[in-house]
Amino acid sequence: MTVLPLVDEFALGLASPICLTWELTYACNLSCVHCLSSSGRRDPRELTTEECKRVIDTLERMQVFYVNIGGGEPTVRPDFWELIDYATAHHVGVKFSTNGVKITAEVAKRLAASDYVDVQISLDGATAEVNDAVRGTGSFATAIRAMENLHAAGMRNFKLSVVCTRHNIGQLDELKAIADRYGAQLRLTRLRPSGRGVDTWGGLHLLPRQQRELYDWLVAHGENVLTGDSFFHLAAYGQALPGLNLCGAGRVVCLIDPVGDVYACPFAIHENFLAGNVREPGGFQDVWQTSELFADLRRPQTGGACRSCSSYDACRGGCMAAKFFTGLPLDGPDPECVKGHGEPALAAVGAGSAPRPSLDHSHRTAPATAPAGAVHLTILDRRPPVSACEENPLAGLDI
Amino acid sequence: MSTDTLDLDAGWRLHPQVAIRPERFGALLYHFGTRTLSFVKTPTLLDVVQRLATAGSARVACVEAGVTPVEMPSYEKALAALASSKMIIERAA
Repeated sequence: MTVLPLVDEFALGLASPICLTWELTYACNLSCVHCLSSSGRRDPRELTTEECKRVIDTLERMQVFYVNIGGGEPTVRPDFWELIDYATAHHVGVKFSTNGVKITAEVAKRLAASDYVDVQISLDGATAEVNDAVRGTGSFATAIRAMENLHAAGMRNFKLSVVCTRHNIGQLDELKAIADRYGAQLRLTRLRPSGRGVDTWGGLHLLPRQQRELYDWLVAHGENVLTGDSFFHLAAYGQALPGLNLCGAGRVVCLIDPVGDVYACPFAIHENFLAGNVREPGGFQDVWQTSELFADLRRPQTGGACRSCSSYDACRGGCMAAKFFTGLPLDGPDPECVKGHGEPALAAVGAGSAPRPSLDHSHRTAPATAPAGAVHLTILDRRPPVSACEENPLAGLDI
Repeated sequence: MSTDTLDLDAGWRLHPQVAIRPERFGALLYHFGTRTLSFVKTPTLLDVVQRLATAGSARVACVEAGVTPVEMPSYEKALAALASSKMIIERAA
């Protein structure tokens, strides 16, 4: 048997994912302008409690050690806690992402008592002004209250998850201080042009000098700050950041969406990256192991236009989803290529020719999107405040 | 104890909260308590790890798995890394 470097083994795919993202519902109380899954309204076809349990049975059999549960806002599913308990009882650890809306003092105590559940609070700015401009009015206060509750309950090392934008990149030290204050670990991730982000990425993504600033900050903080491996394109600046440093889509990670569709990655909700559905006879295992799409992704990649670049071994061409939704070829440079190959490539993409996400569950009452490139503070001034109106999936709930 | 050394003559075992998933390259280890993942990078190291609980010592586990004296320092280093992340723990004497 040939022994390959680990990163090459991973690039060829594993018998089971290392971890996977499972979005339990498209329902959400917020309308974040960059939502990767265009969430807002529940989809009537979402998996039932029993169907979710069958997925968990499969994950246990496949020894998927943990799932990253998200949405939408997963905690608004009435069976959320039942599913968490079922997963942990079946040796599938859970880390769930939440905006904090349901993390009351009582819930926090329950979470702190479990070794098998981890929580990730989303916050996209160190101040209400910066955060709420992206995530909606009141969302900063909600997240802070959730962290206060978790901290008071004795929950340690939960995650504070931040999507890096043009507006919060100057707040990294303050965000780290917030995480430290609540005994949380900071996690920084990359903004992708996915979901509603297709319309807002142009105005929110990092400027080239900000990418460098982020890279230097990450190098200085080492393994104390998590990144979900999302900045491997920055490795082309020099040393690799901690993590696997490869695109894991369909190779070591994937997404199960609320209706059971399996996509190569959480940022690629588009029919081109749809591998199958967990409702098919073979279930998730069959999709993971036999889908043609995943088999394609696991073949050695050529590198295409990037092959002659001296940094290709470091960045490996960057993020597939970022390229796809900005209209760039998948075997060319990342739109945020640190060598500067992204800008001319983006300039050559015809207006309106980039692909759109296949699904949109945005609230009809709170349009969160705006034309690409718009100044986001202007966008948000036009947005009505998020409220528990009749069409809101949370209407009538005590939130 | 530095991170590169470990008492090879002591008895070791997998932490009770750690699960092993064999893979072509070796295995994935996941610690449910610390929520961390480790990679066992060769099938031989996986064999060593699986023998720890019943072998008299870590050194015996290595020898039984076919680790040569020349290779022993690198296996000691790998086991020390697993010990520092609490994936393996020393057995009570």
